[in-house]
Amino acid sequence: MTDIAASPVLRSPAASAALEWIARRAEGFVIPVGALIVGMALFSMFIALLGKSPLQLYDLMWRGGFGSWFSIQNTLSRAAPLLLAALCVALPARLGLVVIGGEGAIVLGGVAAAAMAVAISGAPSAVGIVLMALAGMLAGGIWIGAVGALRHYRAVNETISSLLMAYIAIALMNHLVEGPLRDPASLNKPSTPLIDPAFVVGPIPGMDVHWGLVVGIVACVMSWVLIEKTRWGFAARIAGGNVRAAQVQGLAVGPLIVGFCALAGAFAGLAGMLEVAAVQGNANGSLAAGYGYSGILVAFLARHNPLAIIPVAILLGGIEASGGLLQRRMDLPDATVQVLQGMIFIVILFSETLYGRFRMFNPDLWKRDV
Amino acid sequence: METTDIGLWGVPLAILGGAIRVSTPFIFVSLGEAITERSGRINLGLEGILVFGAMSAYAVAVMTGSPWLGVVAAAGAGACFGLFHGWICKFPKVNDIAIGIALMLFGSGLAFFFGKPFIQPSAPDLPAIPLGWWSSVPQVQAALNVNVLFLIGAALAVFLWWAFRNTRAGLIVRVVGDSSDAARAMGLNPNTVRLLATGVGGALAAIGGAYLSLYYPGSWSEGVSSGQGLMAVALVIFARWNPIGCFAAALLFGGAGALGPALQSVGVTQGYYLFYAAPYILTLIIMIATSSPGRSLAGAPGELSITK
Repeated sequence: MTDIAASPVLRSPAASAALEWIARRAEGFVIPVGALIVGMALFSMFIALLGKSPLQLYDLMWRGGFGSWFSIQNTLSRAAPLLLAALCVALPARLGLVVIGGEGAIVLGGVAAAAMAVAISGAPSAVGIVLMALAGMLAGGIWIGAVGALRHYRAVNETISSLLMAYIAIALMNHLVEGPLRDPASLNKPSTPLIDPAFVVGPIPGMDVHWGLVVGIVACVMSWVLIEKTRWGFAARIAGGNVRAAQVQGLAVGPLIVGFCALAGAFAGLAGMLEVAAVQGNANGSLAAGYGYSGILVAFLARHNPLAIIPVAILLGGIEASGGLLQRRMDLPDATVQVLQGMIFIVILFSETLYGRFRMFNPDLWKRDV
Repeated sequence: METTDIGLWGVPLAILGGAIRVSTPFIFVSLGEAITERSGRINLGLEGILVFGAMSAYAVAVMTGSPWLGVVAAAGAGACFGLFHGWICKFPKVNDIAIGIALMLFGSGLAFFFGKPFIQPSAPDLPAIPLGWWSSVPQVQAALNVNVLFLIGAALAVFLWWAFRNTRAGLIVRVVGDSSDAARAMGLNPNTVRLLATGVGGALAAIGGAYLSLYYPGSWSEGVSSGQGLMAVALVIFARWNPIGCFAAALLFGGAGALGPALQSVGVTQGYYLFYAAPYILTLIIMIATSSPGRSLAGAPGELSITK
């Protein structure tokens, strides 16, 4: 490496500056992508051991996820809730918290939005949608905000409490959907009444994907700006690096943690609201579809960078979209996708140990001697 | 079995019986997690290991006709998962909590993948001992029909409590859990000790899963676990890493889990789902009540990331 770095061509000022710029950023890109490829290679071996063809598998996965306009729309529809669910993990993660109970905020956000829709039935379309979104965000925000508050003020471990609260949220949803909020007309599948048709969030013009995709992408971009460009984000990054140091600097760590968790929960609650307003049309047991758990994987793959969440969510959406095709064509169980996700997840986490181990990613190597 | 009308006495009796029936997986998972956490690591993946244990035990029991071979197979598979967690966590910058979450996804994914053909066939159950023979009331007999694994779990709790204090292995695990530096100064390799402790923890968690699929509820399906593996992690904190405490807490959780069905049996059907959430709410309340900022938990291993 040193010989290449010392070669005269690369020592020119322009090349040196460019290489330094690349080296500074390449590590955070090359290692996760490499880990992704290794994870898929391991999965190929797993599939080959079972006597199936990995080539056929990836071919089907490509076709099922990205091969046609139909499959791309399917992929994007699945990516939409993942964007918001992943933010629910990524935002607290920047403060050093591992919150994995986003599923609870999604479920309660959906129920709150459905309840709001019943309460304001007949209101103008825009008012109805905005109020539903606010109800969903409020419910989700309170739920995960409470996890943050328990963490900071009572030192309750946030990973476990958020998961417990997800189970409680699902029980609460079942109680509400089968009891107080139930539409008597829903017989086989207990649900809340259908929302006012004026409140339905429709598809983006020209494609069969609802507006949730746009909402999710905007939320990711806003979160990136919040973390990277504002003083709150700066404070959060300091607190995430070292809580003591942040406190010594006089940063209000408590409100910061509660605020970031509440915002994270609000995004998840919004995902639940969109699930009600754009997909289901009412709140029912299908709200607990596991988006919260897939969101964990997306956030870790994106290394908690909100902008990286966008491509990763689309990739994961594509993998999930191809599940049905794998089942039909290769006679593989529906859990195949989950096994692949699990393998990728483990390899990605393992790759954390590689950071700082490769000299070529060290910007100093490419600097011009002063 | 004909039922005798015992009125409202049926509720506490059903809770007692439920506590014994439902608590067994909690006992095994929490004892396994207690060993792992005492060595200074936390394995959140026990939920996935439990599900895989349930599947492998059921599959082996169907194929061999012996439920005990199923339990052995589950323990072996669980140990492999545990050793994998222990091995991967020894690398610098690898987060044990995050690996646990990944293992949760991976373990249950693999279980569903391989378990698909075993959803239909029925496996032989683990045997139970009728400790209620002295009573003529059928409900009492039903409540005291105790599975062998429950008794093994109770004995294991007492043994571990004794072993942590009095055996060389128990002391080694505790030293490693309290201070890696002290352990290294004594010539111990913390990574090796944690590797073995996580392996044993995985084996015990998988036995808890075997109980689920081979005794109560007694069948294999993708919904076989309702988060017992996760609750056990919280339960260990509540029990202050004490094996006897784990046993008592597991009974308490089992009782809370039996509350909903018990009330339903006497005609209380309102709010069934809220009673179903009782164990989770109980866990959360206990965690809030026993945690406190400013001081670390009494009895907590010093190297444990979750209490730092």
